[in-house]
Amino acid sequence: MSAKIENFSADLIEFCDVSYHINDVPGRAVISGVSLAVPLGQTLVLLGRSGSGKTTLLRLINAMYFPSQGQVLVEGRPTAEWDPIRLRRRIGYVIQEAGLFPHFTVAENVGLVPSLEKWDRGRVTARVGELLRLVGLDPAEFADRHPRELSGGQRQRVGVARALAADPPILLMDEPFGALDPVTRAELQREFKALVQRLQKTIVFVTHDLREALLLASRIVLLDAGRIAAVAPPQEFLRMDHPEVRAFVASLEAVPGARV
Amino acid sequence: MNATSSHWSFFAEHRAEILSATAGHLMLVVIAMLIAMAIAVPLGMFIVQRPALRAMSMGIANIFQTIPSLALFGLLIPIPFIGGIGRRTAVVALVLYALLPILRNTYVGLNGIDPAVLEAAEAMGMTSAQILFRVRFPLALSVILAGIRTATVITIGVATIAAEIGAGGLGTFIFRGVALVSDSLILAGALPAALLALLADFLLGLLERRLRVA
Repeated sequence: MSAKIENFSADLIEFCDVSYHINDVPGRAVISGVSLAVPLGQTLVLLGRSGSGKTTLLRLINAMYFPSQGQVLVEGRPTAEWDPIRLRRRIGYVIQEAGLFPHFTVAENVGLVPSLEKWDRGRVTARVGELLRLVGLDPAEFADRHPRELSGGQRQRVGVARALAADPPILLMDEPFGALDPVTRAELQREFKALVQRLQKTIVFVTHDLREALLLASRIVLLDAGRIAAVAPPQEFLRMDHPEVRAFVASLEAVPGARV
Repeated sequence: MNATSSHWSFFAEHRAEILSATAGHLMLVVIAMLIAMAIAVPLGMFIVQRPALRAMSMGIANIFQTIPSLALFGLLIPIPFIGGIGRRTAVVALVLYALLPILRNTYVGLNGIDPAVLEAAEAMGMTSAQILFRVRFPLALSVILAGIRTATVITIGVATIAAEIGAGGLGTFIFRGVALVSDSLILAGALPAALLALLADFLLGLLERRLRVA
């Protein structure tokens, strides 16, 4: 019993037997019977094919969706009991193509949540500079640009900086590097890994790229048709003999002669 | 040649009248446009997330647009409070015509925002009011303005017909010119109206390009 309570305080995010059906029609389950805990400071990677329910799980965490059955707990509290606005401001969110506001400058994009939280202007400016440097962009050069004046990689860096702006304990990332060219992607993945090790955030990261999952994950959760097919740390994951795991591992070895 | 010079001398002789009719015309258009914007832009913002209301309000605006303008002016005359002979009735009719382009563009602009941008806004904890006023509206502004531009050009043209119900403006010359078979009179109304329309189109087009977010 006491161990249970201890677990609770250590798990920043917890799925308790969660199912989610579109329009609450049980026949159209998107997520079925998912139980999962993400301890403080871990990077959990949700891996799966398109339509396997990865993004849905992510959206169940920040109250963009609510479970049809079961509960999602964030910091020990069910998402249904949180004020969704308060909850989301404690959760950084990064998506493919960054979703930057095209009419805002880089500085305004990065400073959005702090200014919504009514930080004073000097503090927001200082924080924006700090974050841009953190993601490898010189504030003097980039702060006043608009997103259209950035490369894809730079936009994604700004997206990461924006998600970190109010120093949220949790980061949700939905294929953040998916739209980048392979070289830029590898560069950002490496830098991101280093960043995560410094910042100690609890991260849920969605991808369909096993290579990315192996690089970034503390634990990999493989989703198949809305159910958890496998959960394991990266090295163990490669040795599992679940057919869907094998399918993903085979995708790594698809190019003859290429080494993983 | 001869005809052109006689038109010019007519314009020169009636300069003061033409100018005052142009000013009156412009006044009608500006008042009607301000009212139409004050109705259509907030209405467009209101119906973006309300599909049932959207279909209904667009349908009603559409119907006004299909009524021939001369008929609409005529139909309004017997209606109490808004009807009668004169400017007020004309403004009501012009507003009804201007509604659709503004309403449609407001809706299309607000609705056509990149879904990733809206997803990010929601996930970052912006309230729906913040998303509407700080994200959707600024991004839709150039599209909304395009609707205002279309409506302004239409209104400048339709306002010439308002003279038929005693609202003054440049239409006065046109109707008199038709009755008297005088090209000079018709042109004294038609040319300034055309110039006003071109000018409005040009200026609003400039503004629209400046507000566009790539």
